[in-house]
Amino acid sequence: MSEKKPVALMEKTVEEFKIDLINKRKTKGSLIPLLQSAQDTYGYIPEKVIHYISEIVGIPAAEIYGVITFYAQFRLKPLGKYVIRICEGTACHVNGAKDLLKTLQAELGISVGETTEDGLFSLQSVACLGCCSLAPVVMIDEDTHGSLTSDKVRKIIREYKKR
Amino acid sequence: MKINVGLGTCGISAGGRAVYSALEEEIARQNLDVSLQVTGCMGMCYDEVLVELFDGDGSYLYGKVTPDMALEIINRHVIAGEPIPEWIVRGKVVEEKDPFFDKQDRIVLRNCGIINPESIEDYMERQGYEGIRKVTRDHTPEEVIDMVLQSGLRGRGGGGFPTGLKWRFARQAQNDKKYIICNADEGDPGAFMDRSVLEGDPHSVLEGMMIAGYAIGADEGYIYARAEYPLAIKRLKLAIKQCEERGLLGNKLFGTDFDFRIQIKQGAGAFVCGEETALIASIEGKRGVPRIRPPFPANKGLWDKPTNINNVETLANIAWIILNGPEAYASRGTEKSKGTKVFALAGKIKKSGLTEVPMGTTINEIVFDIGGGIKGDKKFKAVQMGGPSGGCIPASMGDIKIDFDEINKTGAIMGSGGMIVLDETTCMVDIARFFLTFTQNESCGKCTFCRIGTKRMLEILERITMGKGKEGDLDLLEDLAHKVKDSSLCGLGQTAPNPVLTTLKYFREEYEAHIRDKKCPAHSCVALLTYRILKDNCTGCTLCARKCPVDAITGTVKEPHVIDQAACIKCGQCYDVCRFNAVEKL
Repeated sequence: MSEKKPVALMEKTVEEFKIDLINKRKTKGSLIPLLQSAQDTYGYIPEKVIHYISEIVGIPAAEIYGVITFYAQFRLKPLGKYVIRICEGTACHVNGAKDLLKTLQAELGISVGETTEDGLFSLQSVACLGCCSLAPVVMIDEDTHGSLTSDKVRKIIREYKKR
Repeated sequence: MKINVGLGTCGISAGGRAVYSALEEEIARQNLDVSLQVTGCMGMCYDEVLVELFDGDGSYLYGKVTPDMALEIINRHVIAGEPIPEWIVRGKVVEEKDPFFDKQDRIVLRNCGIINPESIEDYMERQGYEGIRKVTRDHTPEEVIDMVLQSGLRGRGGGGFPTGLKWRFARQAQNDKKYIICNADEGDPGAFMDRSVLEGDPHSVLEGMMIAGYAIGADEGYIYARAEYPLAIKRLKLAIKQCEERGLLGNKLFGTDFDFRIQIKQGAGAFVCGEETALIASIEGKRGVPRIRPPFPANKGLWDKPTNINNVETLANIAWIILNGPEAYASRGTEKSKGTKVFALAGKIKKSGLTEVPMGTTINEIVFDIGGGIKGDKKFKAVQMGGPSGGCIPASMGDIKIDFDEINKTGAIMGSGGMIVLDETTCMVDIARFFLTFTQNESCGKCTFCRIGTKRMLEILERITMGKGKEGDLDLLEDLAHKVKDSSLCGLGQTAPNPVLTTLKYFREEYEAHIRDKKCPAHSCVALLTYRILKDNCTGCTLCARKCPVDAITGTVKEPHVIDQAACIKCGQCYDVCRFNAVEKL
């Protein structure tokens, strides 16, 4: 694919986020869109932003924290430079996703949900990427790698390390 | 001449954008009179990237196209006028009938893979927005509800509740404000029907929502879509904008007093939000936790107003029913399940993809005629239907008909349409463990049995697959399963034990083999596997010894090798690389 953009990063400026916050502060049900906007801005949701949203929207910080931890999309820590998402959907599972996961964990030295110490890779698992015919699938940032084997995925990770 | 490139998520993942750019550049470079278009999923995911070429007297569908092939198609077919038969998967040059399409009946997918989903003109050329025009002009809301009732349409999200009845309840609720919600939170692993419809034909869903809005008296609609579906959201946003510009959404539509607006709410990754009341909580900006029913959303839904929630596929049927008549819809299917159903076919199948069949089609027809049978011609073992809420139907019941009630009788459910095909190498205990891991993770935690019961069930399944199962484990599993079903508030908990119960019902001996013999009959559970080298077949090529990551294989060149069982980590690499079938899996 042509465009190359780290997933986590800065789709919005802080200014845009503030405008969002002001515009939506009185709209019913705007908390989740605002958190999505914050994450698009910072790559994660920093603690100070929780307090900031709380002050402006008038929802207690504890309640906002409750919403953040309920949904899989939200993060309280920054992501690595490359985000690896391994599909654990049914089609991938029966086609060997387990082995891929083991290989990835061994190669990177981290478990699902963690980021490597050098800040290069974050490893996540997703329930289904929706391209079951390519199973097993791993997505690195916006690029989908399909019909993988342990060898292939190892090679791909090593290429990323060299970049 | 016209060329369509299938750019749904599957097409893009397979490299569709590069093919599109290659075609685009070549057409511009040679200054050719070809209109190049994007289209949605054509259903044949197994042959992606798909490029369809229309040359005036017919269409040619090229499969597994790469950028280099694209250039050759331009030079040989477009310029020289000679189609390339060996690359064509469907079209005039392919003589024999193609069962992948012959058994299908496309209502929901009527436009998918044909129109450009980003063009409202394309949709309108195929009777788009004629349905809503017709109902606002010729029919009262009650008549519309009657038509939907007569069609026999039942909710396609999995529950199978009659759509017309649901609309009637919402219509009867007295309130000055009502809402329509389109549930596009397709969360079952292995299901991608709704995504393909939203990506391939977003306007059909919008039109379904408008008709529903007119019928129940709502003036506002929400689409609750998974954030993991960026392309679907992008195309929906564009479609809504096009409608607003053309006066198809807004105030006083079609010269009547009917007002309707639609907005998109992005989900934030929680499977339980597919449940109606949890979905509503999520739109309201709260944790997506279900609440007790009644009151039902039809009386007290979003912001406590009457709300009607339908799934994507259900809504995509509506305009077709209005235009072709409820009788035409009801003429398809079985006595109690009318119309068609879309399935996402995946797993150990040759032709995985999207398929729409009339209700009443058998599982065998889908697996063998449409799906082309099992990959590598292995033995068909079961299909898993309904995702984490569903169950496994064994191959021996393959002639069962697709019908809400027939499928329910097996212990599985129709579900939203994920159909995962399993072969002899799939361990059924592992499949049950897989789905329970999923629901256990996604349980919102409100009901004790769902929160803790599924965890205990999962621990039992994990120890069985590790070879540490005990006598009595199966009884305990069954007991817990029924308790979780009975004591959970919402569909997630009530159905979470289904994958366990169906595999126990049809594949009990597999569980017993794990527990008593410490063997996995499908040779899938790593802890119960042993790899051995067969002396007679081993040529001593040393390939396996070189591949082994822990140096557990020893032997001299041209002599049979041996695996040191104590050192072996059972990674299976020796088995995969051996060219002489000398490694045995036990």
